[in-house]
Amino acid sequence: MNAHGKVHRYGDNVDTDVIIPARYLNTSSHAELAAHCMEDIDRDFVKKVKPGDIIVAGRNFGCGSSREHAPIAIKASGVSCVIACSFARIFFRNSINIGLPILECADAAQAIADGDEVEVDFDTGAIKDVTNGKTYRAQPYPPFLQNIIAKGGLLNSIVK
Amino acid sequence: MGMTMTQKILAAHAGLPEVTAGQLIEAKLDLVLGNDITSPVAIDEFEKCGADSVFDRGRIALVMDHFTPNKDIKSAQQCLRTRTFAHRYDITNFFDVGRMGIEHALLPEQGLVGPGDCIIGADSHTCTYGALGAFSTGVGSTDMAAGMITGKAWFKVPSAIRVVLTGKPKKWVGGKDVILHLIGQIGVDGALYRSLEFTGEGLKSLGMADRLTIANMAIEAGAKNGIFPVDEITEEYVEGRFQRKPVVYTADEDAEYDETITIDLSALRPVVAFPHLPSNTKTIDEAKGVKIDQSVIGSCTNGRIEDMRAAAEVLRGRKVADGVRCIVIPATQQVYLDCIREGLAEVFVEAGAVFSTPTCGPCLGGHMGVLAQGERAVSTTNRNFVGRMGHVDSEVYLAGPAVAAASAVTGCLTDPADLEGRN
Ligand code: SF4
Repeated sequence: MNAHGKVHRYGDNVDTDVIIPARYLNTSSHAELAAHCMEDIDRDFVKKVKPGDIIVAGRNFGCGSSREHAPIAIKASGVSCVIACSFARIFFRNSINIGLPILECADAAQAIADGDEVEVDFDTGAIKDVTNGKTYRAQPYPPFLQNIIAKGGLLNSIVK
Repeated sequence: MGMTMTQKILAAHAGLPEVTAGQLIEAKLDLVLGNDITSPVAIDEFEKCGADSVFDRGRIALVMDHFTPNKDIKSAQQCLRTRTFAHRYDITNFFDVGRMGIEHALLPEQGLVGPGDCIIGADSHTCTYGALGAFSTGVGSTDMAAGMITGKAWFKVPSAIRVVLTGKPKKWVGGKDVILHLIGQIGVDGALYRSLEFTGEGLKSLGMADRLTIANMAIEAGAKNGIFPVDEITEEYVEGRFQRKPVVYTADEDAEYDETITIDLSALRPVVAFPHLPSNTKTIDEAKGVKIDQSVIGSCTNGRIEDMRAAAEVLRGRKVADGVRCIVIPATQQVYLDCIREGLAEVFVEAGAVFSTPTCGPCLGGHMGVLAQGERAVSTTNRNFVGRMGHVDSEVYLAGPAVAAASAVTGCLTDPADLEGRN
């Protein structure tokens, strides 16, 4: 599995309140959530984002509430992958559980610039900044989580 | 090698003699929780995968607290979806308007959670029940759906930070100040993926309300859970309340901790967290004087009767300043009733405050006190992220109930001690 797209870059501690503000939590429609994705940190995000694009961020991405609406909004907006120095733990769980690929790689997260074109190979954890040719490697998932991802999310992995 | 308290609870629920940090396990759950925002998403997932039964209808709690009483048509639809599900599967612990309270205040109060439990909730502040000596942690809606079906969840066993509390807090210093101080020290990801285990002789002077406030905000330090040892204060609280048998786990003497942090409670001053991170803390002495438009007293962090009493002590015989909106929200029906019986409701209304039915309301910018552009609130809630309480250009200052009440009286951040001896 691969991802390829343009990078939208953000800083440390991007919280779930700016990813999808609570005023939109009175719906669980994926399309509606996507329409407000990142609204309180980057008003133009939904206009700029193209299918396949990649979010790159600093430490503790997705901190705050447990709302699964946050990774759902990101996934439904077309983003193919999030690369960060680290993720808040509930966001990490939720992303795995709903099948939004996320990668922890501090080197890549610090170096990749906004607007760069990036290629990711999920099987190997290889990240390539196509704009300047630099490559990075993220930690691969443990087999337990690989199984959840391979089955297409947590519920598919528990249902026989 | 010894285990931490959290590791012992996880090992027992995974049916293993021993677990170590980093190990992936599957654990049995004593309770699965959801609210009016997260349950509909979980129910979608539940139905999508073709499930047609829950693991145990007595071990699921569904609480309608965030946008209730329904603030608009969409939230009404969300509650309807959850209510229909609760009826269909005959869920014992379904808390609708009139019976509800903010989930993390309600569950301990109703005795649905207690010592030794392993609990997940589709709400990040599920970590609150660590105050009772339980392992409890926030998860997402998909985990909740899986939990409702199987009664199990996967966990990575966390390592831990030990927080040793010493001394006795001075007047006007409470649980909120302890946890804000800690978050200010270690940062919003200072305990990422780890447990915060509280210990030390200072615990003796922290009642259950203080402990619940502290455990509640473990997540604001990035922690998986916060946990307190079971002592006489815990036993007294759960006695005659907890519906199951308490099981007491204690950390091994040789348990390994990533680090130990010591906090001298007697040296703490009331703390305020400035926008836009809970770690952006200052003492009230440095914070004094910041002008506010609104004061919110309530939430799962500080909406218990002890918080109401602290706020009423400050507001009694005083008036909310002109131009300030003070909104008091007891966290549960029981707290609401106690406020009436103890005469606190009267104190609030006479001071010129709003006294509301239990709801999360303004805590997440939902309703009952949403902020306009450029407005500033002092709030006893737990998050002050950008736009948390309303407009993206509004600000939230986090504090304990006494500081929030004193600030409502003067119209700017105020040390409650400064009001003593004046009206
Ligand atoms: S009071 Fe606030 S933090 Fe607590 S459960 Fe409600 S919205 Fe969440």
